[in-house]
Amino acid sequence: MEIAIISGKGGTGKSSISAAFATMQPNVMLADCDVDAANLYILFQPTHEKEEVFVSVYKAVIDKDSCTNCGLCIDYCRFDAIHNVDGEVLIDETACDGCKLCSRLCPSEAISMIPEDKSRMYSGTFRNGKMVYGRLSPGEENSGRLVDMVREEAKTIAKANQLDTIIIDGPPGIGCPVISTITGVNKVVIVTEPTLSGLHDLKRTIEVCSKFKLTTMVIINKFDLNADMAADIETYCNSLNIEVIAKLPFDKVVVDAMVNCKSILEFAPESEIAVLLKDAFIKIKNN
Amino acid sequence: MKTKKTIIAIASGKGGTGKTFISTNLFNALQKSGRWVNLVDCDAEEPNDREFIAGEFHQSFDVTQKVPVIDESKCTYCGKCYEYCNYNAIFFLGEQRMIRVLEDQCHGCGACSVACEYDAITEKDDLLGTVASYKVQENSMLIEARMKVGVHSPVPVIKEAIKAANNADVVLLDSPPGTSCPFIQTVATADYVVLVTEPTPFGLSDLRQSVDTLHSMGKKCGVIVNRAGLGNDEVYHYLQKENIPLLMSVPFDKSIAMTYSNGKLVSNESTEWEHKFSQLFNIILQENGNSNN
Repeated sequence: MEIAIISGKGGTGKSSISAAFATMQPNVMLADCDVDAANLYILFQPTHEKEEVFVSVYKAVIDKDSCTNCGLCIDYCRFDAIHNVDGEVLIDETACDGCKLCSRLCPSEAISMIPEDKSRMYSGTFRNGKMVYGRLSPGEENSGRLVDMVREEAKTIAKANQLDTIIIDGPPGIGCPVISTITGVNKVVIVTEPTLSGLHDLKRTIEVCSKFKLTTMVIINKFDLNADMAADIETYCNSLNIEVIAKLPFDKVVVDAMVNCKSILEFAPESEIAVLLKDAFIKIKNN
Repeated sequence: MKTKKTIIAIASGKGGTGKTFISTNLFNALQKSGRWVNLVDCDAEEPNDREFIAGEFHQSFDVTQKVPVIDESKCTYCGKCYEYCNYNAIFFLGEQRMIRVLEDQCHGCGACSVACEYDAITEKDDLLGTVASYKVQENSMLIEARMKVGVHSPVPVIKEAIKAANNADVVLLDSPPGTSCPFIQTVATADYVVLVTEPTPFGLSDLRQSVDTLHSMGKKCGVIVNRAGLGNDEVYHYLQKENIPLLMSVPFDKSIAMTYSNGKLVSNESTEWEHKFSQLFNIILQENGNSNN
């Protein structure tokens, strides 16, 4: 069973909750798909049994010696990535989308496509099972494809090691990497917080999940920081028949657990939050 | 003294550290003091600034991209467009004479149109999102980039929103989280980047990645520690070691969290905070000036 933990808004506690779910039972497959800001390896310090290169994109590079500065590429580039600067044709690497059209059209064959190959996928063992995580090199794109790669690897490892629960820690937002994270999973858990921003982002996130017809549940984290807003969120979820499976109080112990490189289940198994999360996990499995 | 336009991006590797909190309060303090300032909400996937800033709707425009339309009566199923497409956005089975455009995958580069030798490809506009502006004070505006749900990348909408903000003394960019493409597009235009973090291991790990990215881009940055008092002191050691200025520290305080959660601005509720945010701007200007030396 693949369980994805996501949140439209960042910083709602998604990774701490994923860590708790990953230590709820032995022999778990954990996939950190927040490839832009992977954090779970800090808590779990997995072994690196395998490292794979991820090529995010091929970017256009001009060979100045062959370039005649004719400017044909400038006319065709739709990403405003090529400019004539003082008579010299230059490509803005940041703006280049990697479509390759300039390289195909250049009459002097002066443009080649160079892979961006600094992103990595790692897999290994951690204290409670197996773990895969991706690290997108800064500034790179196509993180959705890296998420696909991490999920595929997680499924393969889970099968080989007979691990039946895959916990996926997803990225924030609602764009490509999130869509890649939730496509085809069995359960989606959205972690939100009782703020106006939290509610707005939750609405957009639920909209994405409903496009994919996924079984979706909600956890309201730090609900007591604004109990009225939490109640509004719960009413909204109920109106859509989406179950709120836990309302977690604000407790410094969550940060203390992180500082000690432990999940809340490992650090304070008897705490109220740990007990509520155990209960939530049963609901996720049974829903 | 004539001041030149200053573009300040407010960013963070980790989500939820308080970018929006800082951006909206800084904007509010500046516009109250009579500055001509524009705030651009570049978090197009989940824009939230408008919850905090009341403004009068000014105008909006759609951001679109071109997607191909294939006229099958003219198509010879030669497959050249399929070969030119670098995004797997054309589904093609030559023998079965089957060709389809997968619009969700298309980046609108136009390569297929160039490839087609039979005039079988025309283009139509596909909606990616909207850019809307709201008048807050005489000149000051809030400009919101909002990506359409289901679209894969917020980058085109962000680019247009930043362009639309170009006419003020100060432009604040509330950046999307992370260090990938949407972040890079936002900070690329900025003179100075303010990174908001929290004093936790996750916060520090993401901060390091943001700082490394900005340094590789040649951008100067300073840091705001939010929810100070939670977590540990590692972040302060890191800033000292790397010689990165600590611009401001916001303590963890349930009343600040409550104000934020209700969509209110602490710089309106308290003159002390209004003053602190005005001060923050002066510190940023000073740091930015230093960095040009």
